[in-house]
Amino acid sequence: METTAFQKIYTKITQITKATCSLKAEGVGNEEIATVNGKLAQVVKIQGDTVTLQIFSGTEGIPTNAEVVFMGKAPTIKVSDELAGRFFNAYGDPIDGGPSVEGKEIEIGGPSVNPVRRQQPSELIPTGIAGIDLNNTLVTGQKIPFFADPDQPFNQVMAMVALRAKADKIILGGMGLSNDDYLFFKHIFENAGALDRIISFINTTENPPVERLLVPDMALTTAEYFAHEKHQKVLVLLTDMTLYADALSIVSNRMDQIPSKDSMPGSLYSDLAKLYEKAVQFPEGGSITIIAVATLSGGDITHAIPDNTGYITEGQLFLRRDTDIGKVIIDPFRSLSRLKQLVIGKQTREDHPQVMNAAIRLFADAANAKTKLENGFDLNDYDERTLKYAKEYSRELLAIDINIEIDAMLDTGWRLFAKYFNKSEIGIKEALVAKYWPKN
Amino acid sequence: MATKGKVTGIIANMVVIEADGPVSQNEICFIRHKGVDLMAEVIKVLGNKAFTQVFESTRGLKVGTEAEFKDHMLEVTLGPGILSKNYDGLQNDLNKMKGVFLKKGEYTEALDPDAEWDFTPIAKAGDKVEAGSWLGEVTEGWMPHKIMLPFKFEGQFIVKSVALKGKYRTKDTVAVVTDEKGKDHNVTMMQKWPVKIPIRAYKEKPRPFKIMETGVRTIDTLNPLAEGGTGFIPGPFGCGKTVLQHAVSQQAEADMIIVTACGERANEVVEIFTEFPELEDPRTGRKLMERTTIICNTSNMPVAAREASVYTGMTLAEYYRSMGLKVLLLADSTSRWAQALREMSNRMEELPGPDAFPMDLPAIISNFYSRAGSVYLNNGATGSITFLGTVSPAGGNLKEPVTESTKKAARCFYALNQERADSKRYPAIDPIDSYSKYLEYPEIQEYLKKTIAPDWVEKVTLAKDILLRGKEASEQINILGDDGVPIDYHERYWKAEVLDFVILQQDAFDKIDKSTPFERQEFMLDEVLKVYNMKYKFTSFEEINPFFKAVINIFKQMNYSEFKSEKFNNYLQQLNNKLNERKAV
Repeated sequence: METTAFQKIYTKITQITKATCSLKAEGVGNEEIATVNGKLAQVVKIQGDTVTLQIFSGTEGIPTNAEVVFMGKAPTIKVSDELAGRFFNAYGDPIDGGPSVEGKEIEIGGPSVNPVRRQQPSELIPTGIAGIDLNNTLVTGQKIPFFADPDQPFNQVMAMVALRAKADKIILGGMGLSNDDYLFFKHIFENAGALDRIISFINTTENPPVERLLVPDMALTTAEYFAHEKHQKVLVLLTDMTLYADALSIVSNRMDQIPSKDSMPGSLYSDLAKLYEKAVQFPEGGSITIIAVATLSGGDITHAIPDNTGYITEGQLFLRRDTDIGKVIIDPFRSLSRLKQLVIGKQTREDHPQVMNAAIRLFADAANAKTKLENGFDLNDYDERTLKYAKEYSRELLAIDINIEIDAMLDTGWRLFAKYFNKSEIGIKEALVAKYWPKN
Repeated sequence: MATKGKVTGIIANMVVIEADGPVSQNEICFIRHKGVDLMAEVIKVLGNKAFTQVFESTRGLKVGTEAEFKDHMLEVTLGPGILSKNYDGLQNDLNKMKGVFLKKGEYTEALDPDAEWDFTPIAKAGDKVEAGSWLGEVTEGWMPHKIMLPFKFEGQFIVKSVALKGKYRTKDTVAVVTDEKGKDHNVTMMQKWPVKIPIRAYKEKPRPFKIMETGVRTIDTLNPLAEGGTGFIPGPFGCGKTVLQHAVSQQAEADMIIVTACGERANEVVEIFTEFPELEDPRTGRKLMERTTIICNTSNMPVAAREASVYTGMTLAEYYRSMGLKVLLLADSTSRWAQALREMSNRMEELPGPDAFPMDLPAIISNFYSRAGSVYLNNGATGSITFLGTVSPAGGNLKEPVTESTKKAARCFYALNQERADSKRYPAIDPIDSYSKYLEYPEIQEYLKKTIAPDWVEKVTLAKDILLRGKEASEQINILGDDGVPIDYHERYWKAEVLDFVILQQDAFDKIDKSTPFERQEFMLDEVLKVYNMKYKFTSFEEINPFFKAVINIFKQMNYSEFKSEKFNNYLQQLNNKLNERKAV
């Protein structure tokens, strides 16, 4: 960002903390960006003639006589078709060695869509993974996170979903990615030959944490350009939102704000909602679907980050290792897709909702039976059958390495019902049982 | 002359304005930013500095920007034309806004001043009237909409003239009244009212004495909500809070429904926008949208307007209550409102209460809940506001400040249970933890005896006991094992399961099962109690499980069939046959 002639330069900083600095300046707008000795900063507070700037890369080495230049605008990104296939840092500068991108300059973190202008999400996103398609169907315009412990393969599953989803553009917002994960995404996208529809904004653990705060807005503003102006189906991947929230708490702490639950800022809900609510189905056909990752510590979903996320997103996907089959599965109890009701049984076969529910209920019975077994009690015949069913259900439908069509998932469901249960035990409407119960 | 001011400080959406004249608490002001007026509300005054919360993004706002104070609080416009509208938290008509994205500082008129209405006079010259008195009536959609003496009119007035029957525009004068000093005042169909002040144009507020049917069995049968009553639904995410509230909004027996989407997901409101114009109200055959008004301030819309949205919803409800209507007000979620309060309190650097919420949170919440209720209007007619709010407790912990404060204020408590939700037992209302205080009201008991059955209350109490005993039996079985307990325990457990599966669980996505009128609820409860009261012969516990599973299966088929249809009756016959297989002689 170069300086233009008429800009006034300030050189007297009055206060410096770990993330912010203050100075006396005039005519400065709220949320305006500035450079402090070349480092990018943003106005976060104005009191009389004192302006407080948050310096994204930290205040290390900033002297009190640093050169401060105000840009007269909020952070922006230049958008055009040239973005496709490129990798950028949190400021939108290329990190792949290519030239910088020319295009329309737009402010990031722009206004919200008028709710009455939204379209109801209605297009199913098939992923081939039965734990998703059968039990937690995804729909365009949806926002859904993976809740996973750091050791689980969430980035792999997310990349798989992204590549199978047939989106026009995939935008990756990487926050605090390890360099290895960054290279993983780069390779998997290259190998799939999909690089031309992928745009990445990457902040790795090597970069300062506060810079991360720009990443989701960069990714989502770019997504809005393609979805709204180009009517494309855009899939945005945000990983890892927990690290984003951590950066928020760092800033709020430096600004002396009173922390609420789990040392998170009191505005965490609104901050996260502003991002996730960018997921939208536009009436002209474009859409933004957000798949995010929020890592948990020790599976605790009552922590402020997953908790607030869960209230904002339209469901959540849990990964769990099923030791009975030795594979990672999509946990059917804790996972949920709120928008599935819009498509299941409508764009999929009529028996989808009931098969899904019955299958999960029987899986729950198996979990009860397992508890009984662990407590040293005898199992009855029904318990035995549910246990056998659960193993097969887990292997054939819940495991993340499944890749089949939805009809095949439903047929598998019926086959398992018929193999282990009788018709009155599954509690499905008789008309459907008559039609789909395997004949032999 | 209006007080003017200049911006001297900006922290997120809190803006400090130095004023040159008198400023009052909660006064509205407009900050003139780059040719656009940004609305703000005074929330604290310190010397000549007014601390305001801006209802918009403050991006780009500069110190020195001019502001003008409006000498009134945040107001809504009341009049015909509110029904079926989609408003934001400040009562801007969202449909009138241009463009796909919301523009900063774009305010649209809540009502159409030029819309024409068929007016029929009610009052006549010489009548003594006061605020809220009905002067005439127009038809708003299908609903008789009373034109009232504006609530801001204090004291007694004499009607000088009322317009003749005919077509008038919203902004036209339809009556002239004379005050005690002999001064004449013109009355149009429109009036304004500050949202944070309750409308008190009624004679008295009796205790609720009727039940509001919601069609949701676990509410109506076990813990009914009174007409004019208050209730709340706390629950962790993913437990079906919103689905439940939508079900109530579709099926409740009310004249008008106001849905306040307060800081929740935009797609949920879109669902209402899309479905309500299509879905039919089973009682009237009209489209649901024809009795619904939506106040929509989703989570990505400005935080300060979120706080305003619940008050806007309540004020509209009070307006319609004054016409003698039964209004149901839903708010999803009141926790988001409390969080909006917390964000502001934090920016004003107030000393925080528990979980950084403002200290006066319990008072604010109970004050708000107290605005609901049934009333006898001054002319003897009755009207009511039934309020059902949801609470989103942080971490699903019901001991957090918003849930605790709401528990003190609301009379019905519908606790959503994670375990029930996990095992897909929807609606996931915990039958044991939840309560309705109204069941203890003698007025309500009398009402239930009269309208449903003389022994209804006893049956409901019995049903609750069955559930409790079933839970105890299930715990015993889990501790001692299937064969470590008497057969009795299994029977007791499964009888509770029958009640759970048949009465409590309900398929909100099935055309027939989703709504159950009281007549059918009574019938089904009787059938379930018959199963409970019957004596069975079982030789081992292993026979019990399949028997009751089969019973539940038949019951479920009944729930999916049209009431008293041939199919329904066939299943009933099947059920009796099944029961007789095991009947003890």
